[in-house]
Amino acid sequence: MANGEITSIVIRTVSRIIIPFIQLFGLYTIIHGEASPGGGFQGGVILGTSIILLTIVFGLEEAKRRIPRGLILVFMSLGLLIYSGIGLLDMLFGGKYLEYTRLPLPLPAHEISALSILCVEIGIGITVMSVIILLFFYSVRDEDAHGINA
Amino acid sequence: MIRIYSIISLILIGMIFIYVADEMPAFGSPDNQINNRVYDRYTERSFEETGVTNIVTAILAGYRGYDTLGETTVIFTAGMSLMLLFSRWKNG
Repeated sequence: MANGEITSIVIRTVSRIIIPFIQLFGLYTIIHGEASPGGGFQGGVILGTSIILLTIVFGLEEAKRRIPRGLILVFMSLGLLIYSGIGLLDMLFGGKYLEYTRLPLPLPAHEISALSILCVEIGIGITVMSVIILLFFYSVRDEDAHGINA
Repeated sequence: MIRIYSIISLILIGMIFIYVADEMPAFGSPDNQINNRVYDRYTERSFEETGVTNIVTAILAGYRGYDTLGETTVIFTAGMSLMLLFSRWKNG
């Protein structure tokens, strides 16, 4: 077993079961943020927390193998791109920046706005999740490493 | 010399503050800027204007869209600068 990995079979099994549910709850918090308490920031943190649990239990090497650095970089930028892209799309169709109701969809204005807000929340969630994972990956101490930052 | 400069700049900034403080609204006055009743509009019309039943989300992503975009940019910048600072990935 590699360093920084918990060997207890109880913890490993429970984590394996509970991680998908944490991620499901995070997705619920993002998507249901329009109607209940929640939103992009909170849901993104919950999604990031599931990866933190994975890192604690299965070790840093395993977590980095599952989530490559390039993927985090892409997701981090993608979330912001979704948000600002919706704003630019509104400008393209003749509205102001982030004036949601101007998108040419066959829906009433307030539903277009709700849809845009959902996309905005998803964008926030993706960015927050990636930054949380990145922050933990860089601040966790790997016993195997030889370096100043370790 | 630095001490004199700092005293002079402190006096200048203090004069500006005192000058501005004279223009401030009276304490507890009902005509104050914070009492402009914007929350009535939020509680009554946020659903028809943004289509979102959660008023907090309506304010966060609808009325205060620019602010939230800025917050997301702050988080993005934090992650990006972290990546630049600790760009060693393989061993930590």
